Amino acid sequence: MHRLGGIVEKIRSKNAGPFWLTIDIFCGSDAAFETVSKALKTGQVADVFCAQRDSIKRFDIPDLCVIKFSLPRPTVQGSPQDRDMHGASYGALLADLEI
Amino acid sequence: MTRVLIPSGALGLGYDADALAAGIAAKPDIIAIDGGSTDSGPHYLGTGTSKYSRASTKHEWRGLMMARAVANVPLVIGTAGTCGTDSTVDWLLEITKEIAAETGQNLKIASLKSNQSAAKITDALAVGDISALPAAPAIDTDIIKSCTNIVALAGAEQIQTALATGADIIIAGRTTDTAIIAALPLAQGCHAGAAWHGAKIGECGALCATNPQSGVILVDFDKDGFTITPMAETSCATPQTVFAHMLYENSDPFILFEPGGHLDVTAAKYLALDDRRVRVTGSKWVPAPDYTVKLEGARLAGYQSVVIALLRDPRYVANARVWCADIVEKCTAKTSERLDLASEEFNIELRLIGDNATLGPLETAPTKSHEIGILGIVTANSDALAREIAKLLNPYLLHHPLTQSEEQPTFAFPFSPAEISRGAIYEFCLHHVLRLDDPLQAFTLTVEDIGNA
Repeated sequence: MHRLGGIVEKIRSKNAGPFWLTIDIFCGSDAAFETVSKALKTGQVADVFCAQRDSIKRFDIPDLCVIKFSLPRPTVQGSPQDRDMHGASYGALLADLEI
Repeated sequence: MTRVLIPSGALGLGYDADALAAGIAAKPDIIAIDGGSTDSGPHYLGTGTSKYSRASTKHEWRGLMMARAVANVPLVIGTAGTCGTDSTVDWLLEITKEIAAETGQNLKIASLKSNQSAAKITDALAVGDISALPAAPAIDTDIIKSCTNIVALAGAEQIQTALATGADIIIAGRTTDTAIIAALPLAQGCHAGAAWHGAKIGECGALCATNPQSGVILVDFDKDGFTITPMAETSCATPQTVFAHMLYENSDPFILFEPGGHLDVTAAKYLALDDRRVRVTGSKWVPAPDYTVKLEGARLAGYQSVVIALLRDPRYVANARVWCADIVEKCTAKTSERLDLASEEFNIELRLIGDNATLGPLETAPTKSHEIGILGIVTANSDALAREIAKLLNPYLLHHPLTQSEEQPTFAFPFSPAEISRGAIYEFCLHHVLRLDDPLQAFTLTVEDIGNA
């Protein structure tokens, strides 16, 4: 088992509008992309965000060595419950995943 | 061919003056810049105000107006003043008039306004002209009426109408980020897929290249595709940096919905022309049967006061969650009793900075801090009430003991008074599209001449 953040180059999370969150995993090499693309399960990502598996969009993009996940924001941007206006910190949760 | 100069990702973020001069020397057909986004939260749409300082906006806008005068081409800004409400269009128009007077410019100015009346939107809801987008909140007539501002995102058609007036400067309210860039290439017969794709790549300025802070890029549109050229010598576009920009703040990196259809870049080819320029072909525009524009709305969500306290005592740091839960329980009970309020009329929340303030219940990392910041957030139905409850919270955060038997502790407060009013808070409440019979029907275009012309 390896920590995802230790294998890939960068994990970035951002708002995709007030109601969606998007997370880009920049693998940094073809080898890392192959590994992560096979080993990282969408269900694991859903569990991290307490989200429904079928609410998550996944894109594996070999040309960029990027795996992208998009999901409805865990809290709507700027709502009283929101803690992270720009959605900047959610990627850190994926970095700690073991694959 | 249509040549679009994009000075930066947003007015207020700054741009490299030498790169802008290089862009003007390249003789663009139009200068287009975005003025906003929802990304800074609902306050700006809720209040109809700008995120950026007036001084900074005026300084950068003056630079663009002077560059426009040299190039003698239209200058267009979309989503003026962060949120693109009628009030921020008027705000930028006022700044524009000041600059024109100070620099002796005679100008024709078109203002495109995007605000929607609640009455029109409730009527549209009643006849089925409003549809929810994925993950939209539930809406009804009351929610629509409670919005302080509702805006519709204009597309290329509305910008083209503004351009057709012959205006020197177009100040547009809420538009899609891409519409201000795609409008002229589309009007001049460039490839529709390329026009929207190049607009998406260019909308954040040099963010699609290396040295993104330099800001300025040039996009050439033609019958088959588009070419990206960064204007700063230190900035390079590569097939990777250009394609990667489709990831940015997009839930789908291949499909982008716009008024009147969608862009599909699944088959796009990214080719390096040299070490700085990228050529893109193969993008596809798919027209939709209905013409729809996206709606954004914000409404009052209460009033807040915050209190910050700091725990440094190791025993309190170790037991911070228990300590906070006890305070919330006791202070909530006391607030109900002293102010005669039902529990749903207010909220007291303590977030633990250094523990899980960023991610809350999703956090998995263990706490390692030697100190914990307590961010106390009080929400109520009026500013005065939120402050009053924050004053009730104050003595708990200053002196609350973990156990009854110990000597009364005291914790660190960085400020006096400890409570800070945040005033009114807002929330986004629309993620819907509005069907239109005519693209102009939801927008208002005004043209005026200023100066001595």
